[in-house]
Amino acid sequence: MAFVLALVLALPCAGEAAAADRRSGSDFMAPETRAMQADDMSNPAMLWVADGEQSWHRPEGAAGRACATCHGDATRSMRGVAARYPAFAEATGRPVDLSGRINLCRRTHQPAPPFASESRELLALTAYVAYQSRGMPIAPPQDPRLDPFRANGGALYERRIGQLDLSCAACHDARWGQQLGGSVIPQAHPTAYPLYRLEWQSVGSLQRRLRNCMVGVRAEPYAFGAPELVDLELFLMGRAGGMALETPGVRP
Amino acid sequence: MRKRPFATLALIVGMGQAQADDALAPFEVVGDAIARPLTGAAGDAGRGERLLLDRRRSLCLLCHSGPVAEPHAQGTLAPGLGGVGSRLSQGQIRLRIVDMKRLDPATIMPSNHRIDGLERVAAPYRGQPVLTAGEIEDIVALLVTLKE
Ligand code: HEC
Ligand code: HEC
Ligand code: HEC
Repeated sequence: MAFVLALVLALPCAGEAAAADRRSGSDFMAPETRAMQADDMSNPAMLWVADGEQSWHRPEGAAGRACATCHGDATRSMRGVAARYPAFAEATGRPVDLSGRINLCRRTHQPAPPFASESRELLALTAYVAYQSRGMPIAPPQDPRLDPFRANGGALYERRIGQLDLSCAACHDARWGQQLGGSVIPQAHPTAYPLYRLEWQSVGSLQRRLRNCMVGVRAEPYAFGAPELVDLELFLMGRAGGMALETPGVRP
Repeated sequence: MRKRPFATLALIVGMGQAQADDALAPFEVVGDAIARPLTGAAGDAGRGERLLLDRRRSLCLLCHSGPVAEPHAQGTLAPGLGGVGSRLSQGQIRLRIVDMKRLDPATIMPSNHRIDGLERVAAPYRGQPVLTAGEIEDIVALLVTLKE
């Protein structure tokens, strides 16, 4: 009896890929796109990483401090950091994603005006910081203060929205690997952000990707930086715990 | 025989707003079919084909495949539409396009002629069904001809 119960509890919910069956979005890509991501010389997102490295060392704000002034060598100090974001921010009493964390440092530590969402500067710095964790397993923080926000992200993921009345789960848990028009539906693991999307002809954030999926079902997307988007990011990173970070990725 | 109260209600409510003017046509469901055309007249299969091919508008080929377009750009989330004209009657096809959720509340197929029970609909689509009554009739007219 106890055994059967344990088995039932261990089963993933409807269609969700079991841990062993989790696959990065890059697994579903055409060989050319995979090759573009794998080779730093041909991966367009590496230009953003290079820009980010320059900003890291550039003094800014009234006190003329660079990120490097406090954090030193990013290849050491930022190693593994992106793998555990979003994390709880004392300052706001809520989870903050990596871009949000960087903007907190801009505002409170440099201090300088925060970068606009999706600005080239913010994407570049975020890509540079996340790049320091490339290849490392995603390690969601075991912080109970995050639990209610992660649960909210999970509820948003299951909720049907938009004129087409579809939930994220309907596509990404129940129908991954199948085709929506000409596109293969991935499992929605946020392993490679910020990433270069061929359709965007640019690097974009995970929030931009989530908003795209909302627009796709003809729903009103949450604004950049909205708590709902951070909660979704938190949920998705938890779901992808243990998978390798690929930043900066390339997607179709 | 059941009348659909929401459709009628929405029609009445919608009359005040210019853009939602006759957004929904009333219809009558009998069994698993809507026997009578929503517009009172048969649609045009040629227009239906153009609409089906316009994936961003009709959306059908995002999920379905059909004998009308390049196969690689078609969906695999739903049964192929080829042969649907032999499998289903005209009235059965009409109900499935209008509101598949009446047959299976858990379906992923959008209710194309219904505006209630939706959350966070983007502004341009608010109060609007996915397809107008005329568009649905055009697609029905096409699908009944897909015999194999
Ligand atoms: C109708 C099906 C559908 C729904 C509903 C949907 N998506 Fe997606 N999603 C896709 C497809 C298809 C792609 C891949 C697009 C491409 O590669 O061109 C994608 C991509 C993604 C990715 C990127 C994965 C990667 O490897 O970079 C994430 C993350 C994601 N979706 C999350 C979500 C979330 C969160 C929701 C709910 C708010 C959602 N999606 C709703 C179909 C859907
Ligand atoms: C004046 C010193 C200072 C400057 C300048 C500064 N930071 Fe920070 N940073 C901190 C401190 C202190 C923390 C720890 C959290 C806190 O107390 O706010 C932190 C935390 C972080 C974290 C999270 C680290 C973790 O382990 O969770 C990141 C990422 C980060 N900073 C990036 C940046 C970037 C990028 C810049 C440049 C735009 C920058 N910081 C500028 C002091 C600074
Ligand atoms: C989001 C995916 C999706 C879209 C978009 C969609 N359908 Fe469907 N459709 C389905 C699924 C899935 C089924 C199978 C029944 C079920 O699971 O509810 C289905 C079933 C049908 C059936 C019954 C087929 C049979 O053989 O029994 C018809 C007819 C149909 N759809 C027509 C259409 C038309 C016409 C459109 C465009 C106006 C359309 N569908 C758009 C997903 C979709």
